[in-house]
Amino acid sequence: MNWKRLEILLPFVGVIVLLVVWSFTVWLRIVDPVLLPSPLSTFKALWAGMFHGKLGIDFLKTVERTIYSTFFAAIIAIPLGILLGSSEKLYRSVEFLIDFFRSTPASAMFPLFLVLFGVGDRTKISVAAFGAALVILFNVAYGVMNARKTRILAAKVMGASRTRVLWDVMLMESMPATFVGLRNGVSLALVIVVVAEMFIGSVDGLGQRVFEAQQMFEMPDMYAAIFAAGALGYGLNLLFLSIERRFVHWAGK
Amino acid sequence: MQPAVKLELSEKARAAATRTAPHVTIRGLSKKFSDATIYDNFDFDIPRGKLMSVFGPNGCGKSTLINMIAGLFPADSGEILFDGQPLNKIKFGYVFQNYREAVFPWLSAFDNIAYPLKVMGVPKKDRVVKVEKIVASLNVKIDLKLYPYQMSGGQQQLVSIMRALVVDPEILFLDEPFSALDYEMTLFMREQLQRVFQETHTTTVLVSHDLEEAVYLSDRILLLSRHPARAVEFVHYDAPRPRTDKTMTESDFIQTKAHCLEIFQREVRKG
Repeated sequence: MNWKRLEILLPFVGVIVLLVVWSFTVWLRIVDPVLLPSPLSTFKALWAGMFHGKLGIDFLKTVERTIYSTFFAAIIAIPLGILLGSSEKLYRSVEFLIDFFRSTPASAMFPLFLVLFGVGDRTKISVAAFGAALVILFNVAYGVMNARKTRILAAKVMGASRTRVLWDVMLMESMPATFVGLRNGVSLALVIVVVAEMFIGSVDGLGQRVFEAQQMFEMPDMYAAIFAAGALGYGLNLLFLSIERRFVHWAGK
Repeated sequence: MQPAVKLELSEKARAAATRTAPHVTIRGLSKKFSDATIYDNFDFDIPRGKLMSVFGPNGCGKSTLINMIAGLFPADSGEILFDGQPLNKIKFGYVFQNYREAVFPWLSAFDNIAYPLKVMGVPKKDRVVKVEKIVASLNVKIDLKLYPYQMSGGQQQLVSIMRALVVDPEILFLDEPFSALDYEMTLFMREQLQRVFQETHTTTVLVSHDLEEAVYLSDRILLLSRHPARAVEFVHYDAPRPRTDKTMTESDFIQTKAHCLEIFQREVRKG
């Protein structure tokens, strides 16, 4: 028996253990079956919801909002981060503001954004973009500030102008940190979007789906929506990680 | 018409190369860091077409000297001229000690070497020709499609040396270029540097912390005092090239090295 080959199956061990424990819990009726449906009925609900029901549409709605908010956050935060990072004095003068609002829970901003943008998509997207933008901004600025002095000197010694140093060296140097910021930003945006969908008068989206299923006591649907949200979060992280590996192949080496 | 122009140019170049006037003149150079005066009214002439080493006690300002000459940071006062011209009028190459932080990890070895040409606005076709030429002349066997992090330390430093040489510099600065390499690689790189120098006779200034290396490679060794640095002695060593392991066993080499060491230790004790 070649045990080495079986090692690739290790990541599935945890999943199988969870499913077994879950099945036994249901089978032995340790938890009220109304509160905890069996894995099978949950996955049936997930399958049916994703491919034949409303869950699929909610899923796409949440994807759309998360992508929009990350996109707007990125186009504002990346140029601003480069600008702030290229002058340490400039960054130091706004550092407190960035850190303060980065530490403010974005959910605390819901009422303010509701007043500004009403109850539609604009509110959800802009609160999420606000949260994500600060995370991205902070990472980009630090990436630019921490550009290796030797590399900047090397470019200068070769006769590179200030703009060329900014584009060819500082921007490239900041790329690994920028991607870390984007990855954290998209995760945060998803969290904010899902919460916003629950509480800011929504008619669709995964957050609304979870909330509605719970209100209706449709437990398999609720678990299905939770798993869909989990899969989305995991998938987005994986997507950004693979883009990162492609574009900043030199990071950490 | 063109050959005639070329001939005229090469004659000019030859004339320039055989001129005996110093290549770099340093006058009244002063530099203070917060806690120490490193240079105080320092005068020195760097000879043309020689490989010169700078050697001296720790912290005496060896690297500071070439960094100021190469314009990495400004002097407090003083004048440094290259054939009477300021730094921005000449082509020069600079090799950093810390190659890991001096090469660009997002560019392949090829693009790293070609980068200074790109900065100068050389068209892509000519860049390729120039890089291939320098790689061939050094007889380098590296896959240039690799990225720096895929290469050994010595290969990375070789890339940064080629990057410095690709512009046909009038003067080449090296700041302890081999000190981060293992011994085997250091020996190999010394030979590479000697070869480049023998082929091009580019004025070369090498900062070294290894006296054997300094004497072995150099025509001239500048021995500095503790700061504020003075030129204690400008030692000549004219053994023929190519120098080999055998050179290091010859009495001329041993005497020169011993002489330099004596001066060095005298200066160290003064501190």
